[in-house]
This record gives sequence, C-alpha cells and structure tokens, in this order.
Amino acid sequence: MYQFTDWDILRNLLLAARWTVVLSLIAFVGGSIVGLILTFIQTSGNKVAQRLIRIYVELFQGTPLLMQLFLVFFGLSLFGFDVSEWTAASFALILFSSAFLFEIWRGCIESIPKGQWEASRCLGLSYYEIMRHIILPQALRVSIPPTVGFSVQIVKGTALASIIGFVELTKAGTMLNNATFEPFKVFGMVALIYFLLCYPLSVASRKLENKLNVAR
Amino acid sequence: MDYTFNFAELLNYKSEMLEGLVTTILLTVFTTVLGCLLGTLGAAARAGKTTWLSRVVGLYVELVRNTPFIVQLFFIFFGLPSLGIKLSAMEAGLLAMVINLGAYSTEIIRAGIEATPKGLVEAAKTLGLTRVQIFTRVVLPPAIARIYPALTSQCIIVMLGSAVLSQISVEELTFAANFIQSRNFLSFETYFVITLLYLVIAIGMRQIFKLIGYVAFPNLRAR
Repeated sequence: MYQFTDWDILRNLLLAARWTVVLSLIAFVGGSIVGLILTFIQTSGNKVAQRLIRIYVELFQGTPLLMQLFLVFFGLSLFGFDVSEWTAASFALILFSSAFLFEIWRGCIESIPKGQWEASRCLGLSYYEIMRHIILPQALRVSIPPTVGFSVQIVKGTALASIIGFVELTKAGTMLNNATFEPFKVFGMVALIYFLLCYPLSVASRKLENKLNVAR
Repeated sequence: MDYTFNFAELLNYKSEMLEGLVTTILLTVFTTVLGCLLGTLGAAARAGKTTWLSRVVGLYVELVRNTPFIVQLFFIFFGLPSLGIKLSAMEAGLLAMVINLGAYSTEIIRAGIEATPKGLVEAAKTLGLTRVQIFTRVVLPPAIARIYPALTSQCIIVMLGSAVLSQISVEELTFAANFIQSRNFLSFETYFVITLLYLVIAIGMRQIFKLIGYVAFPNLRAR
C-alpha cells in the first residue's frame, strides 16, 4: 500500500487549491458582470425590472448556496444540457455572487446623495453621462472595500462545490483523508490553505476601508 | 424540454420533510442563542485593553471568518476524535454552528461596542458603577441595539449554512432532501421544494427578529 508522507498530502492539496482559485475567479468575474448589468438595470428606474431583481436577490440571499448548487446541477440537465461539475459549480456561484455584489453596489450608488442626480439632470446630462462622470467615480471608491470583502465569501463558497463532486481543495481534503485516515492533519492543512487565501483579502478590505474613511 | 414535473409524488414524504424542518429550526434556535452569547463574551474580551485573552479571541475570529464552514465542520467531526473528543454528528454540527456564529457575532458586537460614546462610560464610572455593571448595563444594551440588524442577518446566514450539516449525516432539511431524492429520483422537484422551505424559514426568521427588535428596542421604533 502506498504511504502518504506529509509532503504528499500538502502537495496534492496545493495542486487542488489551484481549482479553488480558478473557480473563485470565474465566480467573481462572472458574478461581477451579471451584478453590474443588474445594477445598471436597477438605476435606470424601470419599476417592473426592479421588482424582478428584488425577487432574484431575495431568492439567492434567502436560500442555502448548497441548494442552489443542487438545483443548477439537477435542473440544467432537465433542459437537456449535459452538465459537468465545472458548469454547475461555475453557474451556481456566478448567480450567487451576482446577487450579493448587486446588493453591495446598489447600496454604494444609493449612498450618493440624490441631489447630485437631480443637479446633473438639470444640467442636461444623459443617464449615461451622469453615471460615467458623476455617480460611478464616487460610488466606485466606496464599493471597493465591501467588494474585496465579499471575495472572501466567494472563496469560501467554492468549498461547497466539493459536494457535487468538483475536485477542489475541500474535496481533495476528503479524498486524502479517506486514503490516510489522518483527518486532524489533513483538514488542518486544508483550513490553513483556505486561511492563507482568504486572510490577505480580509486584511486588504479592512485597510482599504480605513484609508477611504480618512480621505473623506 | 420534454420533461413533466411531478410534484405530487413528494406529498408521500411529508413526514421526512417535517422532521428535517424541525431539526433545522431547533439547530437554528440553539445556535442563535448560544452563538450570540459566545459573541457577547468574545466582544467583551476584545473590548478592553489588549491582553492575551483578546489576542486569542482575535485569532479565533480571524481563523473562523477566513475558512469555509464545511472545513470547520469536517475538522470538528472527523479531526477532534483523534484527540480523544468523540462527538455525535448532531453535537459536532451544533458545535460547529455555534463556533461559527460566535466568531461573526464577536466581530459584529465589537463594532457596536466601539461606537459607544466615551462620555457614556466616563459618566458611568463617575457614578461608581463597577466594570461589569458598566459593560452589562451601560455599554452593551445600546451596542446591541445599534448592530441588531447585522446580527440578525448573520443568524439567518448561519441557518442557511446549516444545509452543509447533511454532509456529516445530521438529519436536517437537506439530509431529508437527499434521502427523498434517492428514493424517488425526482431530484429537481425535491430540491426545489426544500429550497422553498429554506426561503420560508429565512423570511420567517426575519419577521420574528423584527418583532423581537420592536419589543426589545422601543426607542428605535420610529425608524
């Protein structure tokens, strides 16, 4: 029987951590795109669209991410798609992140005083011009710390993809545990790698927040 | 798409769903109470001067907040027995949830405490209150009122996180879903209904918290 040394465990975990990082990036970039589109629809002021977005956000914030993964995994195949773990995990995480990022960004845009919208309208600027020159430059500043902070949630969220069979850090951990029967060591290492991925993001988010607060 | 949904079949599994629902709700209630208690103690330790205790609490908060809940759960359920601590799945699950909520609520309550005006504490000192009295009677109540919305949404997030407990065979709502879909192969319908149940719990919790807040913090009612 093959014996796993500590280095073997760590090496395999680090190899699997690549996929945690890749999946996190997919979720973050995809979620940002969808979230941004939702934000623009929201601010453009269509009442029906706003209500639909409200329901969308409510659905994704009020249900477990695990259930969303299951629903995507089993739901997409009903529509005749052949879903791999990759597709299901990416799809579910993108939708999940988009709902939360949208909420963050909506808050940032709403934090800009309404008078600025009105003043810009009076000056005859178009919606696009107001967004481009007045609102976004200010909202962007406010939005960076919470967005970085949420990226930690995304990295942690990818751990759930292990349950639908996506081999990332957590799944590799359970597999190595089954092979070595050393759960304390294996899951300790898994936790440590997650910590090393997430902690810098948490610190960055806090630092940025302090910095932006001073500037104001 | 030539698939016909079959939700009626799920009616045969009402009792399983109900049992899972009750377990999830009980877990949530215990977690909310114990986790917020732990968070208050943690925040108290973090609030004063920097001591070894506040450092340890700080480390605990950072460790929990920067690792996934499922890894914490596996560590407690699979890892602790090798140190001689044997826990049933239910105990391990509850412990993991309390530890998780404890860390987040420590951070949330601490933020509330830090926003306390200095004069308030000084006035209390002048009146001759002891340190414990100042914390429990003067600092804590308005601090909790200040962060109440953040605290309650964290409780809801932890409730949603409890879905992961199914992975260590705690028989809660998601476990029921997995069981039912393994029987009737109606995976989409089953998970859809269970997801809606989670949504109902989440919305219900929000209403209950609102009610509690309304009763407990009468001076904030105007908002």
